[in-house]
This record gives sequence, structure tokens and C-alpha cells, in this order.
Amino acid sequence: MIRVQTEDFDPGAELEQLRRNNGGKAGAVVSFMGLVRDLNEGDTIRQMTLEHYPGMTEKALGIIETTARERWKLTDVIIIHRIGPLAPDDRIVFVAAASPHRKQAFHACEYMIDTLKTDAPFWKKEATASGNRWVSTPPVIG
Amino acid sequence: MVQLRFFASLRETLGVGDEQVVLPDDITDISALTGWLQERNDIWHTALGDSRVHVAVNQVLVKPDCAVNDGDEVAWFPPVTGG
Repeated sequence: MIRVQTEDFDPGAELEQLRRNNGGKAGAVVSFMGLVRDLNEGDTIRQMTLEHYPGMTEKALGIIETTARERWKLTDVIIIHRIGPLAPDDRIVFVAAASPHRKQAFHACEYMIDTLKTDAPFWKKEATASGNRWVSTPPVIG
Repeated sequence: MVQLRFFASLRETLGVGDEQVVLPDDITDISALTGWLQERNDIWHTALGDSRVHVAVNQVLVKPDCAVNDGDEVAWFPPVTGG
């Protein structure tokens, strides 16, 4: 399940829905939630705006889901990414993988968020005290 | 007509997000199309000359030798920073 949306999401409700959908087939659910930090490169972040490429972004996320399902035995997948203006501490992204066994779920969740960061067309613009700036390089993974 | 699209910092630098152009007969691939747009002025020359810029044709990432045809949607954008 893939969603790109301006509104916030409820991680608990998403995981509960996923649990219900799986009807006992999943023994493990691993999720990742990304938040807006209040500090980047030494500057206080007042606001962050997420831009995307409507159409291509959804396609890219669909490829990530499909690839994860091919590589690991998954019963369900969630990828939610927000767009538009966000404030520090806001939720940006949510990824979850459900699988019969935990290792598959861990690997799939990590793959999906790592690949999202390199392959999905989203761009962050930060508002700081000294002005607005585009985040120019992907954050270091790890 | 070819639909041109520019995103994020590139859109702001060029001052345009969407544009339709008639493809000259001698422009048949992305490399040539990018070069043709770079001739507009120094801003376009520098912005589209950045080796980190990605190009997508019909919403799929491509290399500069990818063919471009009438009716295509071609997008240029900087490295992605989502997640």
C-alpha cells in the first residue's frame, strides 16, 4: 500500500489495519518512521517543505514495493510519504513490512526506506533563520 | 510538442516548472535536447550542465543517450532528498 499525502498519518492505526489485513499470516511486522529534525548542518530548522513529482513518485514507490515483495516473503507492505510544509517533530515517512518471520521483515523494511531515499523523487527545502535552502545532498545512511 | 518539467532547486533557478516546446528536427536524444536548452543563456547552461542533474523521460530515469520523441514528457531534477 502506497500513499503520498499532505495530511498527517497515525502510525498506530496503520499498523493495526495491517495486522487485521494479515489475518494471522504475519508473525512479524517491522516499521520505520522518519521525523523532521529541529537541527540540520548546525542550523535551527523552522519549517521543511517536501516537493515531489506527481506520477513519477508513486511509480518509484511502487517499484520499491514490488522489488521488496520479490526479494522477501512479505504478507503486506506500507509506504506513506508526506508532502508540503512540515514542522520539526512532524512525521515525514512511514514504512512497514509484514512477514511470517522477523528477519525477512527487518531486511525488507531497511531496503524500502534506504531505496526510497535514493530512488524516489522527493526534495526537501529547509527554512532557517538565515533563509530558505534546498537540502542538496542525501543524508548519510546509517 | 514535448512537455518539459523542472523540479526543486532547478525549477527555482530556471524560473520555470512546466513548458511545452516543439522539438527541432535534429534533436533526437536527451543529450541534444539538454544542449539545445543550455543555449538559452548562462543560467540554463550552468544549471543543466551540472553532472548531478537527473533526467526522466515519461517518468522513468534515463541516460543522456535516451531517445526523445514528440509527445514525451521530459523532466530534469537534482538528486533526491526524501525520506
